[in-house]
Amino acid sequence: MLSPWPEGFGIRLPAALKACADVGIKRFGDSNVAVETDNNTERINGSEMIIRCLAELGVDVIFGYPGGAVLPIYDAIFKQNKIRHILVRHEQGALHAAEGYARSTGRVGVVLVTSGPGATNSVTGLADALMDSIPLVCLTGQVPTHMIGNDAFQEADTIGITRPCTKHNYLVKTVEDLPRIIHEAFYIASAGRPGPVVVDLPKDVVMADGDYQEGAYAVVTAHRSYRPQTVPDEAAVDAAMDLIINAERPIFYSGGGIINSGPAASKALTRFVRGTGYPITNTLMGLGGYPASDPQFLGMLGMHGTYEANMAMAECDVMIALGARFDDRITGRLADFSKGSKKIQVDIDPSSINKNVPVDIAIVGDVGKTLEAMLAKWPKQAGGKSGKSVKSGNSGALEEWWRRIEAWRARDCLHFKQQGDIIKPQYALQRLYELTKDRDVYFTTEVGQHQMWAAQFLKFEEPNRWMTSGGLGTMGYGFPAAMGVQVAHPDALVIDVAGEASLMMNIQELSTMMQHRLPVKTFILNNEYMGMVRQWQELFHGGRYSESYMDSLPDFVKLAEAFGANGLRVNKPEEVDDAIRAMIETPGPFIADIRIDKTENVYPMIPGGAAHYEMKLGPDHGELEEKVEDGMVLV
Amino acid sequence: MTDAIERHTISLLVDNEPGVLARVVGLFSGRGYNIDSLTVAEVESGAALSRINLVTSGPSMIVEQIKAQLDRLVPVHTVSDLTEEGPHVERELALIKVIASGEPRVESLRIADIFRAHVVDSENDSFVFEMTGKPAKVNAFIRLMEPLGLAEVSRTGVVALLRGKTSI
Repeated sequence: MLSPWPEGFGIRLPAALKACADVGIKRFGDSNVAVETDNNTERINGSEMIIRCLAELGVDVIFGYPGGAVLPIYDAIFKQNKIRHILVRHEQGALHAAEGYARSTGRVGVVLVTSGPGATNSVTGLADALMDSIPLVCLTGQVPTHMIGNDAFQEADTIGITRPCTKHNYLVKTVEDLPRIIHEAFYIASAGRPGPVVVDLPKDVVMADGDYQEGAYAVVTAHRSYRPQTVPDEAAVDAAMDLIINAERPIFYSGGGIINSGPAASKALTRFVRGTGYPITNTLMGLGGYPASDPQFLGMLGMHGTYEANMAMAECDVMIALGARFDDRITGRLADFSKGSKKIQVDIDPSSINKNVPVDIAIVGDVGKTLEAMLAKWPKQAGGKSGKSVKSGNSGALEEWWRRIEAWRARDCLHFKQQGDIIKPQYALQRLYELTKDRDVYFTTEVGQHQMWAAQFLKFEEPNRWMTSGGLGTMGYGFPAAMGVQVAHPDALVIDVAGEASLMMNIQELSTMMQHRLPVKTFILNNEYMGMVRQWQELFHGGRYSESYMDSLPDFVKLAEAFGANGLRVNKPEEVDDAIRAMIETPGPFIADIRIDKTENVYPMIPGGAAHYEMKLGPDHGELEEKVEDGMVLV
Repeated sequence: MTDAIERHTISLLVDNEPGVLARVVGLFSGRGYNIDSLTVAEVESGAALSRINLVTSGPSMIVEQIKAQLDRLVPVHTVSDLTEEGPHVERELALIKVIASGEPRVESLRIADIFRAHVVDSENDSFVFEMTGKPAKVNAFIRLMEPLGLAEVSRTGVVALLRGKTSI
């Protein structure tokens, strides 16, 4: 099978081994594969093997934190200069940084942490990467094999703890297995639906000497048992095309799978969608998969997506789900989700199909390859947005469909009023977008209101520019993730759109940024509340703001200065532009503390438990904020 | 798609390595699926592969999810839904202890004979019966033993194979 990652990224195979793979001589992982002994074989210890394997795999950076069990590996790191090590301040930061690195490059992110607390501190990042399908390899130290199970110092059952929050994990028991497992871990992390892989490394294994042969362990293209289907079934593609060509009210609904499949998938998607003239919406994870400035783009869908995107999903007759998984934040009340439509779902992971929403045509395969297959079957003479579709039957219907969509769009659901002396968060983001859009810019976010506003008001023209914790919703994600993005793109402008509560969760990484010269810019939308918690308490819990207000927040400007960085606080709308410019132009990390309206809520909104066509547009549209307690039970 | 609860017998071929059972069981507990029965043992001479037979129940959409989730586990080679793939043989082995004397003791032995259960341990006032059969047959035997002094039951869970020349 082929890696879904773009050529030149991820797994690299020496040509000779690839040739072996192609003729199927040696299947990777077969225990009977004999490693030929010739003068290539060297006797080195496990730690050196790890470094050699990582170098062979094209790894250029590791995010990590040392400790007793991994001291031999750190010793091996000290003795080489191929691989850069970024010393974080907390292991969670290492995981999110590796996620940011992976998401902005399409390569596998690599982490090295010690046993016990090093491993347990990694759990949140692993779970985050699993939910968002991010390829990571996390090397964890472990106590020596003879001490495992004895409650040794800094021992934790890392394999047991991480089993449900990784795609796969390995305990390496002998140094002979080590190189094979490292290579296999990279393959598993990046093949099929990507995800995090843990390799647990007992100290005696990484200290033991073993034979190592350069190039002998490189991953070949088939695993003995893990063989994801990447090429779609042609009959299923034909059936889907029949529905797509004859659709009267179609919509494309694309998600993170498009990003994970690589930039070629985004290009194929763009060509196909433009060729059809049909509308498209993206999930939170899929933003950037289709150019946001395109008139066929309806914006993000879901709980805080646009009115037109959700209404089009509700009223469509053919829905084409591409690398998207019908998450509860998308569907709203499941029983009322797009009841009248035929649904086509393309996903590389069969378990994502028919999980929440039954579909009519399921296509298992790489979404990029599937789109290529679909493009090849799309009739050449089909038109663009003018609705000139090949089947004379549906061109009129498509025009009518666009008329309805334009009417929904005309509600201008993201409209807000910036008036008076208080900064509206939407205004701050609008200015941030305007003042950065012509630059080489990457955005990360934390989790909460600011994340939703960022998704609504920042626009992405290409993939891998937007990193946010979609599935797990991890507060504290964006700051270290931005650090990882900056490592991968040292000259780019990397901005973490943050809330003050989330930022406090991993603020220690500012020290890492200073040490490693990573000029990450942090744009805090500071309302002194856990804003999304406050919003739900207001709407669903009778305005009882239980523990959602933070007293005694730090002075973020002084905080930045304490770390040796710079910061600026603004309170007035007219100061926002200057603050953004200062943030961009000041060298080094910078915290812009934007004091925003404390009472602003995110709209539009599908209230918890409501159907996706029951969107609330909010007070700026003259809709009273309905305060009901029915939604309380829902998450 | 219906919500009717279906019972499915699923066989897996997995790498015979530590933790593989924990992955399978953890998947069921973590996602709230049912396991009605589970058996696992090495089946290859080289001990490279183990076979897990499991019986689960749920609506058809959930059963499909279970199979897709199982197939996603890295050490799982084959997922085979015997209930869907055609006629198959299911057997279970049970040890059943009955404590009784006098007429109930004689009656338990008579019923055991009808069910082709063997006595594998006997004392003056107890038997341990060994029987194999479909789970329904084992259930029936246990039910009949209840009034006669049923004391303890140990069952293996279902093992299963497709009929005829087909293999998973």
